[in-house]
Amino acid sequence: MTADTEPKLNWWNRLANPGQFVAWTTPLLWPLTILTAVLFVLGLWFAFFNSPADYQMGDTVRIMYVHVPNAWLSQFVYATMSVSALGTLVWRHPMADVSMKAAAPLGALFTALALFTGALWGRPTWGTFWEWDGRMTSTLVLLLIYLGLVALWRAFDDQLRAARIIAVFTLVGAINIPIIKFSVDWWSTLHQPASVFRPDGPRMPGSILVPLFVMFFAFTFLFLTLHLKAMHTEVKRRRVMTLKRRLAQGGSA
Amino acid sequence: MSAFAAMLRRELRLSLRGGGDVLTLVLFFIIVGAIVPFAVGPDRTLLAAIAPGIVWIAAFLAMLLGLERLFRPDHEDGALVLLRQAELPLSAIVAAKLIVHWLVSAVPLLLATPVLAVLLAMDLDSFGRTMISLALGTPALAAFGAIGAAVTVSIRRGGLIAPILIAPLSIPVLIFGVGSITSPQSSAATLFLAALSLMALALAPFAAALAISSAED
Repeated sequence: MTADTEPKLNWWNRLANPGQFVAWTTPLLWPLTILTAVLFVLGLWFAFFNSPADYQMGDTVRIMYVHVPNAWLSQFVYATMSVSALGTLVWRHPMADVSMKAAAPLGALFTALALFTGALWGRPTWGTFWEWDGRMTSTLVLLLIYLGLVALWRAFDDQLRAARIIAVFTLVGAINIPIIKFSVDWWSTLHQPASVFRPDGPRMPGSILVPLFVMFFAFTFLFLTLHLKAMHTEVKRRRVMTLKRRLAQGGSA
Repeated sequence: MSAFAAMLRRELRLSLRGGGDVLTLVLFFIIVGAIVPFAVGPDRTLLAAIAPGIVWIAAFLAMLLGLERLFRPDHEDGALVLLRQAELPLSAIVAAKLIVHWLVSAVPLLLATPVLAVLLAMDLDSFGRTMISLALGTPALAAFGAIGAAVTVSIRRGGLIAPILIAPLSIPVLIFGVGSITSPQSSAATLFLAALSLMALALAPFAAALAISSAED
């Protein structure tokens, strides 16, 4: 009968302990890093040496292999943050806080890279670095939301209390992003609509699609690796903060 | 008197008797609108063309300015903690505050819009549409503002960070607001603007209440 009174610790609850989380996921870091590196080597080789130049755009089409994965990640990272925000609000899972905080600067970085590579690609093909077009504008707004979230995290002293408040704002943003996208599409002009994931199949030849998919996975695994490492760093940063606070209060650390 | 009505009365009294806040906001709104002709030159055709955008920017900035007093005074004197103990749910209290906030910060702007219309050489037709679009769009601005104010209420210098959070969320309001004045499909934009306001008003009390109760824990 004693077994019933013990708290049931499944893997999900064990993961709620930051120390356990770090201990469990540290073995994943090296394989993830190696996988990312291999995918990048393969993808870059495909992109530079084993894919044709476009008959209109020439070699600039190769920018796509960086641009499209970054643009995909700019949205995927927000989805990660929204799921983490739900984890914070609904289950109060401590690692969800950490995941949310670690993802925000990464999301800002990938979004900025998508805008930057898009500008580099737009200059030779469209003749302009920037146009107030629906896609670009909504990506810019997404970048501003990411930066606002980063600023919000930095404004709070108490990170544990900050998490629930920021989770609320993250979810408000998640509801708003489709609206923003939809509203700016009102002036839609330049950017092409989706051309890979379409109901009637991709509108690209396989020779371009293969390197695109390899780079797509390379960048996604890059995010997963960096995110995991950033979560570990955040756990250690909080540990250091706690130790410092205890030391300042005169207790033994 | 129901608790909700009492809350409305309290908020209304506090904001009307709390010095010249309302007047300051109106003054700010007119000054922003009046500064633009100095920056772009007093060309009447140009001013008439960009007048809807100027009025909306001025309204947006003025509404941002008024956000500080939405939750912060109650947070600082501890009234917010007491209001959380009330029988009335916190989201209803936030809704009452939101309604009063709109009444004392958006309605005066609407009343002051004729002044800007004259200064910016608007014709009568676009003036009428500006009034309608401001009346329909400012509730959404107030609602997003309430979320931003609630999220930043426990930050000591939250007044600085709230506008950064609110501005990206308010972009659709500005697009449809100006669209309902100038665009050829203005009736569609007007409907979208109204829908946006309704949705924001329905969502904001709950989101803001959740943020406040997390902050006051």
